[in-house]
Amino acid sequence: MNLAAVAVVYRKELTEWLRDRRTLISTVLVPLLAFPILMVGITALATVMIGNAEREIPKIMILGGEDSPQLLERLHKLDKLEVVPYAVNWKDQISNKDIRAAVVIPKGFQAALAEGIAQTVNIYFYQGELKSSFGADHLQKAVEEYRDSVIKDRLAARNVPASVLTPFAVKQENVAPPEKVGGASIGGFIGYAVILLCLTGAMYPAIDLTAGEKERGTIETILSSPISRLDLVIGKFLLVFSASLASAILSVTSMGLSFAFLGHSHLMQSSGEQSLNLNLGFTSVVAVFCMALPLAVLFSAVLMTIALFAKTYKEAQSYLTPLTFLVVIPAVASVMPGVELTPKLALIPVLNTSLVCKEIITGTYHWNSIVLIFASTCLYALAAIFLAVKMFQREDVLFRS
Amino acid sequence: MIETRGLCKVFHDKKRGAIRAVENVSFVCKPGQIYGLLGANGAGKTTTLRMLATILEPTDGTAVVCGHDVVDEPDKVRANVGFLSAATALYPRLTSREMVEYFGRLNGLDEGTLKKRVDEIFSRLDMNSFRDRRCDKLSTGMKQKTSIARTLIHDPQVMIFDEPTLGLDIMTARTIIDFIRECRQRGKTVIFSTHVMSEVEKLCDVVGIIESGKLLAEGSLGELRDHYSQHDLEEIFVRVVGLYQGSPEA
Repeated sequence: MNLAAVAVVYRKELTEWLRDRRTLISTVLVPLLAFPILMVGITALATVMIGNAEREIPKIMILGGEDSPQLLERLHKLDKLEVVPYAVNWKDQISNKDIRAAVVIPKGFQAALAEGIAQTVNIYFYQGELKSSFGADHLQKAVEEYRDSVIKDRLAARNVPASVLTPFAVKQENVAPPEKVGGASIGGFIGYAVILLCLTGAMYPAIDLTAGEKERGTIETILSSPISRLDLVIGKFLLVFSASLASAILSVTSMGLSFAFLGHSHLMQSSGEQSLNLNLGFTSVVAVFCMALPLAVLFSAVLMTIALFAKTYKEAQSYLTPLTFLVVIPAVASVMPGVELTPKLALIPVLNTSLVCKEIITGTYHWNSIVLIFASTCLYALAAIFLAVKMFQREDVLFRS
Repeated sequence: MIETRGLCKVFHDKKRGAIRAVENVSFVCKPGQIYGLLGANGAGKTTTLRMLATILEPTDGTAVVCGHDVVDEPDKVRANVGFLSAATALYPRLTSREMVEYFGRLNGLDEGTLKKRVDEIFSRLDMNSFRDRRCDKLSTGMKQKTSIARTLIHDPQVMIFDEPTLGLDIMTARTIIDFIRECRQRGKTVIFSTHVMSEVEKLCDVVGIIESGKLLAEGSLGELRDHYSQHDLEEIFVRVVGLYQGSPEA
């Protein structure tokens, strides 16, 4: 291999790549903007929706309760609810969003309560509808507060302290360091995102440098130069690999910044959620990249090999779309709860890297698995490069008509 | 110098089976000479020239270009060849200068020599006005000049032209024709394929008529005229091909 010739090809491909709006969008712009737009946009939207729902005073209906004035009075006193008069079609009114919820107080509720007979108060709402859920929650809270007051009165009547109900407290406390907590919540997702972006980042340059070259008629031009096919393929491959890595690095950086922004922004706090602890360890993120390197090599070489078969850009796109599914399925499988790394799974490309990334992010380093996965993926990657070089030497592939 | 010896190329097609695109083609093209390969579409001209440029590998036979065998030393052959065809396009996102420099570097020229060669060629071909313009913004004539500069950058001893004027307007085609003549004047070995009779009459010292992959007739224009007792090259071509195909016109 002539490194100087490889460098000449790489430099030229890089110049062309940086001037190509189409590949720049897929490799730089999409990874940089996708996460902030998705995450900040969705959170902002959710905040607005929840805020609107919280500001509304839900209309509710009370069914029965004429013989239970205590509970009825409590419900009427609530300033967070607006009680509307009874109507026969109350169920339809909930479904049509005319009212948000309804509570049914059984007949003789208060009398039964005095006699110690257990009763059930039913609350009806529209499942999955945010404003209806808020209305039902307010009702539930009011009824439970009434129940608690009844218990308190009963205990007081028997001279029993209220603390008898809670003889001791139970409390959960986290001992894991913040990076492990963050890793456990989004560990699988990070690996999945890195893998997928390594693939998508490499896809368009791979097509452009193979099928694109055929379509533009420059393949014959370059093949008439003295450069060897090996040097040509390696030069092209290095550019595709660079694009793949650039895409993954940019996306993870952008993802990290988006998480950091969300963690500190008013968006999360105003929506009433606890801020996510997404303080991922720097070492873990670097380790994930190291594991993704051979996979990026594998993707780049495989994409180039397949795209070279196509005569046009469009044809190459149709060949590579099914490959995306082949990568997405194992990557998604690894995110599923309960899927753990085993020696057999460690040999399955994509799935192995995705699983080990999840482990690394959560702070678990099983060196045997890491070495096995790195070595096996390197082996697959080398085989893919060898195949790509072989394809560039096949006349029936280069001049397919 | 180019010398082909029993050059053969067989392509395999799933539906049509083995296709003999070039069959036992042998000829010699000397320095300072233009050899014209004349044939109809699909006669085997492009395949022959692609084998000489080592873009395709012969199935059988071989060729020696500038003392290097196309099968054993393809890299050395390409280093001595300038190949220009209707299919050799330019990289659209490179400028005219970058395109030529790229091929200079691929041919192993050092930066000093490269700069000198680029300046010299761009001045000679009057290309300085568009040297930093992207290839996708060039006119057809500018593109052809850039292609010519690309083939000349490493000063090759052998020039291979595969239907270089195909689809070009008269003025652009004339630039190419003048360039081919200039190559001969500079003592280069030139092989040129076409199906345009007037181009052959204008340029070629030796003509080879090719049909169905076989070289059917060869000689100078004068020799062919004497042999077939015809002055018009088109008539000679029809007669040669007709004789091979058993046509009554022959």
